[in-house]
Amino acid sequence: MDELIKYAPDLALGFLENVKIAAVGAVVSMILGTILVAMRVSPTPVLRAAGTVYVNVVRNTPLTLVLAFSALGLSDRLGLVFSDVPLTNSFWLVSLGLSAYTAAFVCEALRAGVNTVPIGQAEAARSIGLTFMQSLTMIILPQAFRAVIAPLGSVMIAMIKNTTVATAGGYLADSAAVMKITFDQTGASIPIFIGLIIAFMVLTMPIGFLTGWLSRRLAVVR
Amino acid sequence: MTEKGDATPLVKLENVNKHFGALHVLKNINLTVSRGEVLVVIGPSGGGKSTLCRAINRMETISDGQIIFDGQALPAEGKALARLRSEVGMVFQSFNLFAHKTIRENVTLGPIKVRGVAKDAANKRAMELLERVGIAAQADKYPAQLSGGQQQRVAIARALAMDPKMILFDEPTSALDPEMVQEVLDVMIGLARDGMTMVVVTHEMGFARRAANRVVFMADGQVVEENTPDEFFTNAQTDRARDFLSKILTH
Repeated sequence: MDELIKYAPDLALGFLENVKIAAVGAVVSMILGTILVAMRVSPTPVLRAAGTVYVNVVRNTPLTLVLAFSALGLSDRLGLVFSDVPLTNSFWLVSLGLSAYTAAFVCEALRAGVNTVPIGQAEAARSIGLTFMQSLTMIILPQAFRAVIAPLGSVMIAMIKNTTVATAGGYLADSAAVMKITFDQTGASIPIFIGLIIAFMVLTMPIGFLTGWLSRRLAVVR
Repeated sequence: MTEKGDATPLVKLENVNKHFGALHVLKNINLTVSRGEVLVVIGPSGGGKSTLCRAINRMETISDGQIIFDGQALPAEGKALARLRSEVGMVFQSFNLFAHKTIRENVTLGPIKVRGVAKDAANKRAMELLERVGIAAQADKYPAQLSGGQQQRVAIARALAMDPKMILFDEPTSALDPEMVQEVLDVMIGLARDGMTMVVVTHEMGFARRAANRVVFMADGQVVEENTPDEFFTNAQTDRARDFLSKILTH
């Protein structure tokens, strides 16, 4: 217990960064995932193909590689720089890399939801003169979203835990190094591990309960 | 029932063909629907009735031939097609009310989002229409809370809210419990009396007799016979139609 109390402030500071990355990841991956699913169900073959390629490439690439590519490929090589402050820059690279990765899973969860919406809903939407985009945003996606709240919760939980891979994108490399030294000095303290596990569970378990409750509450009755 | 003044037909199908793979579901269909006319399409299952009905607002594409609506060929896609559909109401066998929206929202969505009607005006009109179909008291419920007959009447109100030039009914009573069929038919008969142009695919011979101006008998993808309801039911000209009628009218 002593080690946990002693290093708690450092751990908390590092953990706060995970929370910040997760917050950006949740918002951006949901937006990006929704755009991707719109592409994947659109009547335009080019958009459908682009969405399919994106999802299959990104979903099947290990997250560490996605983040390393964001840092080394996009930033160092191709000059994608969000901020002159290196720490801020790598925060955004990692957050957006994680978002781009998670978006592929959000897209697939939503697409499963689209498949639960009866075809008649889309036909009725078209029959009153709604355009494809209007049908999608007003009729199909709202119902699809409600059908997959629980799976989306799982995607978000996975995303939160994936923030621990941030070092692969060069973010919090210092903290990780400090943590390693700490473990070396204290002999891989079990209380520290347990403390971190609890910290993550405090974040993720409510998401599981909340999305389970919401999915029952918002279920579309047919 | 009187024919409306304008002589040009509202819908004109010319040599329309439709293939589903190897299946030839519409064979060289030529048909017109006049303004204010109630056209009932009957015939055996799989004869192409629904496909014909759905082709008129391009829910189904056709393989060749052409369909003229109100003087213009049906647009193939995009905004022009959406505009055409907003002028052609459609009532489905399975109602297809928007499941996540209230009854009132189902009726106001089209006017607000497609026509740009102000929300208050759309709500007022929706309540008038719901009153007309006898569902006003249920305006704030969701579709799943209503009976099938009530849902179908809401679907008719939803179509009417767009002030369509015609309404297509694709087997509107086939999914209903028997005791709910009449309440839907009553609404449809009312519409017919008010002069709405209607194409109705149905198995309800009573409705055809009471409300139709003309009956079209379809089988095997072809229009086999076209006649007034009286003439058709009492004196069918083709064997195919007589055979069909003998099977459904005997019990």
